[in-house]
Amino acid sequence: MTRLLLPALALLVALLFVASLTIGYTPAGLGESLAALGTGDGPLGLVMREIRLPRALLGVMIGLSLGLAGAAMQGYLRNPLAEPGIVGISSAAALGAVLSIQLGLSAAFPLILPAAALGFAALAVGLVLMLAGPRGGSITLILAGIAVSALAGALTSLVLNLSPNPYATYEIVFWMLGSLSDRSFTHVWIALPFMVVGWGLLLTLGRGLDALTLGEDAAEAMGVSPRRMRLLLVLGTAACVGAATAVAGAIGFVGLVVPHLLRRAVGARPSALLPASALGGAALVLAADVAVRLVVPDRDLKLGVVMALIGAPLFLHLIRRTRGEVL
Amino acid sequence: MNLCTDQLAMLVAAPGQLVAVSELGRDPHLSAMAEARPEIPTHGSQAEEIFALRPDLVIAGSFTARPAVEMLKRLGLRVVDMPPEQTLDDVAAHLREMGRLLGQESRAEELASRFESDLAALTVPAATPRPQAVVYGPNGYSAGPNSLAGQVLELAGYDNLAAKLGLSWGGQIPLERLIMAEPDLMITGGRYAGGSRSEALLDHPALSAIPRARVPEGSWSCGTPYILGAIRALSEARP
Amino acid sequence: MLTLDALTVRRGTCPVVDSVSLTVGKGEFIGLIGPNGAGKTTLMRGALGLLPAEGQSSLAALPVAERARQVAWMPQAREIAWPVSVETVVALGRTPWLPRGGRPRPEDRAAVDMALARMGLEAFRDRIATRLSGGEQARVLIARALAQDTPLLMADEPIAGLDPAAQIATMEAFATLAAEGHTIIAALHDLGLAARHCSRLVVMARGRKEADGTPQEVLTPDLLARAFGLRAHFSDGPDGPIFQPLSVLG
Repeated sequence: MTRLLLPALALLVALLFVASLTIGYTPAGLGESLAALGTGDGPLGLVMREIRLPRALLGVMIGLSLGLAGAAMQGYLRNPLAEPGIVGISSAAALGAVLSIQLGLSAAFPLILPAAALGFAALAVGLVLMLAGPRGGSITLILAGIAVSALAGALTSLVLNLSPNPYATYEIVFWMLGSLSDRSFTHVWIALPFMVVGWGLLLTLGRGLDALTLGEDAAEAMGVSPRRMRLLLVLGTAACVGAATAVAGAIGFVGLVVPHLLRRAVGARPSALLPASALGGAALVLAADVAVRLVVPDRDLKLGVVMALIGAPLFLHLIRRTRGEVL
Repeated sequence: MNLCTDQLAMLVAAPGQLVAVSELGRDPHLSAMAEARPEIPTHGSQAEEIFALRPDLVIAGSFTARPAVEMLKRLGLRVVDMPPEQTLDDVAAHLREMGRLLGQESRAEELASRFESDLAALTVPAATPRPQAVVYGPNGYSAGPNSLAGQVLELAGYDNLAAKLGLSWGGQIPLERLIMAEPDLMITGGRYAGGSRSEALLDHPALSAIPRARVPEGSWSCGTPYILGAIRALSEARP
Repeated sequence: MLTLDALTVRRGTCPVVDSVSLTVGKGEFIGLIGPNGAGKTTLMRGALGLLPAEGQSSLAALPVAERARQVAWMPQAREIAWPVSVETVVALGRTPWLPRGGRPRPEDRAAVDMALARMGLEAFRDRIATRLSGGEQARVLIARALAQDTPLLMADEPIAGLDPAAQIATMEAFATLAAEGHTIIAALHDLGLAARHCSRLVVMARGRKEADGTPQEVLTPDLLARAFGLRAHFSDGPDGPIFQPLSVLG
């Protein structure tokens, strides 16, 4: 089962990718739209290449990043409640992105947008790890997350409210809930390099995360350096979540839901969970993005709404289950 | 205390007659008269602020700042609500109305009749087929045929794409639908400082192939004589 | 196997382990005994290089990867964070031996199988480790340390919380390992089991090494009174050494 899981997830991502390409405001058949993607010169070709393709690609990239970051954080903190959105990393990344936009930096140098998001995300990861301690007890973790989220959210709102741009205030919702609508290849290109680095860093953590299953002391005695792992985790998570948030806003719960659903299928091994969670995250974000377009095609329903509808009940369930440990 | 009434008032009032206008009336992005009559101070449309100015008359838009307007009425100020201009004919009518309110009937009459004759004299060469234009603003907001901007498009010799897509007053057009409709001209407004996703939509690479014309919002967001300028500018921009 | 020279570990300025020297040879089964707070855990962690320490430790001086092939360490907290299978937990012991990014090789599988067999866990191989009883989990973690296949095994209270049969089985397994040429250092509270199974006892009290030698040499009435505040019965009969604490000294 474990052997078939990754190919099965990859197939699912591929199918959802095609679905994401073929669903939109413009009614066009599967064959017609895919043909237009390759060769179409008319407006349909333009729609496919410049609107739907980057949207679907961003869905995959952001899903991979958030799923992977969630699995890595949970593995490191040995806590199934750890997730970039819940512990405030996404909110902090959004603050960084909003600041770089409102200060006009990102208009001058587009790569500053994901870089600023990365910087603030790294601060938040560092802060949460510091507050939660090495073992990451659930209560401290969630409280640290609430504090970081609230502060970052408030500062984001403040920056947008103070913006000379009257539209900025209305975008608080986008930054807090996330959306993939009307993104272009510009966003793909500015996010991709950061994400690739983040994926590379997080995927090296597998064996160390496995060893951490036995606790920090046992892992260290087996030649794993928790300090080095912490550094890689902070940088990798910040790169993944920062880049994702910079282009699509804070999309929560992906890193919570996906590792939870896949943990049993991979035999709970943190190292096996990393690639599975990445692919699962891509599938979930693509599916949610298809869903927002199918359910209310005329409104820009925020992706975060769908994710929260799926994720929040699960989060409550997990809290109930870990209550014994928490109290 | 409304973008449009502010502009009408500034056109008609005698020097010293206006105690203050709203900040919107001075917004260079929205008002055609941001630079006009700089001696008139501005207010932030808050009831407390306006009450403190002790005006004899408050001219409000019938859809704006309602809580503040109700408050001022309760405080015993004389408040007149003016509806927004919905057609070009409203322009002259509202100028005359403003003249009556401010006791400047002759000046208002002069402005109104000049507008009427200018509008009548406006000739726009007909073209067949008429090019399709679309107003496309932040968040994909477009103006329908019933709106002032829609009437300006019509007069300037365009078919309004928004009408074909089912809008009557105004609303959002998704990016995909706009591209599929292949407009001949896309009309956008100015940009604010800071930056926003709403405005960034207009930078989407998929839009880069569509010819653009820029009409400052101020010239056609309200029914003032400046709207003639928008008609002229657009008819000249015809591809 | 292990040489400590004047090892000192401080918490703040106060030494928790105070200038302990120790030489441990091949095939010894050392019971590290002493009352709570005597510095047993700190001594072992300092010797492993997991805590900053002054003085010399032959283990802490090794490069981290080499140390992991020399010594297996079982911390007191029996942590298994995720619901993984018993086999997975035991296989984690192979971490220091696996080539970078490599999959388990035949010799890794063999080591895991042997460790499972030694702790009588073959039937548990595919069970979820976190759903086992505390005693079974302890055996799984010992098997994990065995799979690390190191000449030296250090364990912090490996038999705490086990039922009597499991305690004895574990001590016998350690003794067998020692007889095969491994070296075992285990912190223990049960002096009776320590006296019966260990080849050598090291007594810690107030951060210092109080005594070091065979159980008979170490467990004298004088030392028991000094280090533990205990009076005890100790005899050597046909069933081997029998040690039983009797009463607390005022």
